[in-house]
Amino acid sequence: MVEPILSEPILSVRGLHTSFAAQEGTVRAVDGVSFNVFEGRTLGVVGESGCGKSVTARSILGIVERPGRVTGGEILLRPGDGGAPVDLLKLSPDAMRKVRGREIGLVFQEPMASFSQYYTIGNQIGEGIRLHLGLDAKAARERAIELLDMVGVPQPSRRVDEYPFQLSGGLRQRVMIAMALSCDPRVLIADEPTTALDVTTQAQILDLLRELQEKKGLAIILITHDMGVIAEMAHDVAVMYLGRAVETGPVRDIFRAPRHPYTRALLRSIPTVLAKPRSRLPTIEGSIPHPFNRPQGCAYHPRCVEIIDDQCRTEEPPEAGPETHRIRCFLHGGHKGAVA
Amino acid sequence: MLGALFGRRKPALSQAERFAMATQLQLTWWRFKRHKVAMVSLFIVALFYVIALGADFLATTDPHATDARTSYIAPQPIHFFEADGSFSPHVYGLKGVRDPRTFKLVYTVDPSRHVAIDFFAPGYSYTFLGIPTTTHLFALRNPERGDGIFILGTDQLGRDIWSRLMVATRVSLTIGLVGVSISLFLGVLLGGISALYGGIVDTLIQRTIEVIRSMPTIPLWLGLAAALPNDWSVTQVYFSITIIISLLAWTDLARVVRGKFLALREEEFVMAAELAGASTGRIIFRHMLPSFLSHIIAAVSLALPAMIISETSLSFLGLGLRPPAISWGILLQDAQSIQSLALAPWLLAAAVPVILVILAFNFLGDGLRDAADPYG
Amino acid sequence: MITFMVRRLLLGLFTVWLISMLAFAIIQLPPGDFVDSYIANLAAGGATVSADEANAMRKLYGMGQPIYVQYGKWIVRVIAGDLGESMEWRRPVAEVIGDRIWLTLLLSFAALLVTWSLALPIGIYSAVRQYSLADYVFTLVGFIGIAVPNFLLALIILYTAFRYLGMSVGGLFSAEYALAPWTWDKVKDLAWHLPLPALILALSGTAQLIRIMRANLLDELRKPYVVTARAKGLSEMRTVLKYPVRAALNPFASNIAYLFPYLVSGSIIISIVLGLPTVGPLLVRALIAQDVYLGGAIVLLLGVLTVIGTFISDLVLMWVDPRLRHQLD
Repeated sequence: MVEPILSEPILSVRGLHTSFAAQEGTVRAVDGVSFNVFEGRTLGVVGESGCGKSVTARSILGIVERPGRVTGGEILLRPGDGGAPVDLLKLSPDAMRKVRGREIGLVFQEPMASFSQYYTIGNQIGEGIRLHLGLDAKAARERAIELLDMVGVPQPSRRVDEYPFQLSGGLRQRVMIAMALSCDPRVLIADEPTTALDVTTQAQILDLLRELQEKKGLAIILITHDMGVIAEMAHDVAVMYLGRAVETGPVRDIFRAPRHPYTRALLRSIPTVLAKPRSRLPTIEGSIPHPFNRPQGCAYHPRCVEIIDDQCRTEEPPEAGPETHRIRCFLHGGHKGAVA
Repeated sequence: MLGALFGRRKPALSQAERFAMATQLQLTWWRFKRHKVAMVSLFIVALFYVIALGADFLATTDPHATDARTSYIAPQPIHFFEADGSFSPHVYGLKGVRDPRTFKLVYTVDPSRHVAIDFFAPGYSYTFLGIPTTTHLFALRNPERGDGIFILGTDQLGRDIWSRLMVATRVSLTIGLVGVSISLFLGVLLGGISALYGGIVDTLIQRTIEVIRSMPTIPLWLGLAAALPNDWSVTQVYFSITIIISLLAWTDLARVVRGKFLALREEEFVMAAELAGASTGRIIFRHMLPSFLSHIIAAVSLALPAMIISETSLSFLGLGLRPPAISWGILLQDAQSIQSLALAPWLLAAAVPVILVILAFNFLGDGLRDAADPYG
Repeated sequence: MITFMVRRLLLGLFTVWLISMLAFAIIQLPPGDFVDSYIANLAAGGATVSADEANAMRKLYGMGQPIYVQYGKWIVRVIAGDLGESMEWRRPVAEVIGDRIWLTLLLSFAALLVTWSLALPIGIYSAVRQYSLADYVFTLVGFIGIAVPNFLLALIILYTAFRYLGMSVGGLFSAEYALAPWTWDKVKDLAWHLPLPALILALSGTAQLIRIMRANLLDELRKPYVVTARAKGLSEMRTVLKYPVRAALNPFASNIAYLFPYLVSGSIIISIVLGLPTVGPLLVRALIAQDVYLGGAIVLLLGVLTVIGTFISDLVLMWVDPRLRHQLD
């Protein structure tokens, strides 16, 4: 694995807040998330469902749906020409549209539902190309064929005129990747890209992503709930719980020496071939609280097996730890009593 | 303001446990209660059925009694106070005046003669739930011939439109109910069979539904209704018309039942019941029916207004119920020509309950349909 | 795709056959044969008809033979283009119906166009701007459109125009063109008169389709492919119009197929209120007077034309839906 390059991140999320206004109250789906994404590296964002992973991805692209709204923070994108970073949250809607698809591509969980069934894949890939690169229909089609070839779709010149429902799940996800990369973006957000696929296809798609990253120096944000995928793909990891990144750091540190009790619990619950046969797989006690019933203090405390004292129940732990490995837990900083 | 009216809200979390334990119907009802427009509609519909039940009690004059003197009397308000301010409900009497050109005797309202009104007073005799009685909500104390309480005016034959409207409400609303019952029976039966047996039976029933839906209904209704013998009694015609309407109206209900049935069959709890060895009957009635009962109720409340429109249209065209039966369609038949409307616009009075009831049923059905997916 | 077409065609033919049975039933159902009613009619007028004359008449109309023979004879004649004689008008049915059948279709088709051109944009607008003021207004108007039966709406408009504008809004032609042969001016006159009845006829269907379109589009707007389109950097307008609207159009289009019979039905009843020269008033009069061949022929014609209309809209639907085109091969 590559050591962290302490250069300028290509995309830097700082204290992102996104909330959904419902009649019962406001749900803070993303509640102060910070992380950096570097060129040629993959950031794995991991957490149980409902922890705000996907909302984070949509917040970056500025496509959070109503009644959701980004309420705070910064999303700094370093421009391709090396200028000063731009805060995406401050861009005009028009300028933001030039970032979507052009600078940041998105690959989605369900390859079937992510395509319209009424247009050929060539049409759907070519659309962004024509919009961002200003090519005409014919040239866009040519480029779509090249892209399909690049992502390993057989017979691309024939496939380009087919409809999504005529492709298999694995091919569809390849086409999805081709579409996300159609305008050579520098950042690719892959939101659960392999969840809906079978295991063999999963491995192929992950290989493809890695290969494309090496070839193009892509920065990838890989959102998943699967620790196995993280172990295989990511260089850095952000572990999310209830809208917060509770631990961020290089993948090796996180896997070798997880510090946050939640990260430890997540890692314990991965099945491995080395486990004792017929032993119970450890699970995390309890379930994610309902977003309206966000616990006081550290949001994880009701499920935490390493809870210290009442401070966990009343105060939110601050971010602590070295620059490359941040943790939000009183076990690792901010505790008023004895610090472990 | 409108947002609050149309808004739907999820139950509060303090009821989380109650919510988790509730049956489908309870959930539907809780959710329905939050739909204010639908609640108002439910109240209106209930009110109309109360009117239907007490139609004769609310009527003031025999709805069939004709009197040439009272032809086309404009709506007469009830005056509650005398000029001196004393409380004494009354209406004005009628007086005959000779038309100076035609020398025909015409009857007009005479504001100088006050006819007192009594409440819970005797009027024409009728039976209420099988009990013969003459008590009405209000009646004239000492009417002379031709006097009447014409709240909504009279028609050409001098019949009181208010009283006719009350009785028509009963006829039109019950036709809707009876018709929907027949449609529901056919719909549940055929939709259920279609889903349960599948294969050729399903294909056959589905094609039949498609065929019926692709036919223009009014000409067929008209054709069938016209074939009813002229000498049939009011009751015979009433039931025949109801059957004719429901024969073409069961298709939507059958589609709802079949669709829900098929969807539910894939549900895990049904599979669990099957694996547990429950009989088909038990699965259907104990497990599946409660889950789509609320959908059926919603579909019914949307089918009812269609029934009412059908009856009203047929009778309006003179091919549905026939006089002396009274229904909303028959009342509106009098308003068919612009000549009579120009002379007596109050003949359109029956349009108000038609629109109100259909609107109420639609809102009600919509609210029920929204509420029928309590977890959705 | 061919199987789909053939299946639709067979279903259409089956429907036509069923309608022909029903039309024949309408001819047969009235008690007594119509020679009886005809004679009764004459007798009421003071004239007498001898038994011989009556029998000659029965023979002319093929009465007294088994039902299926009568049906066979009738259907053969119908296919040959002979719809029978109208008892009341004492002229061939085809002649009595004349232009009226085409005017019925024209009115229904015009209402269909009105429905499309109103329901589509309003439905899209209501879904995209859900819970906006305009959405509530359209929803409310839509509910009224559903709740007011179109004959009642026609009556109310007729009365309002007469009472407050002193206008007579009925008819499809001005008086001077009503009986005139077809000329360019008559067509223009028709085009001038057509929109109001078409609008009245279209209202309830439009209201329903707006609701269908709104509900479908709201569903589609939540689908992942919309996010994909947005993530590509498409403008909101382009995203909505190209993707979810396209998808919502399909159930919308299949509802159009069922709308046509509904409009043909409705045209009958509003024609009577508005005095339109369609087959509506003719049908009702024929049925009341038990002029069975005329009534049966109109039911048959309307049914067949509706089936053809539905078949055409099925073909259009198939043509616009790539899934149907590819999967049914």
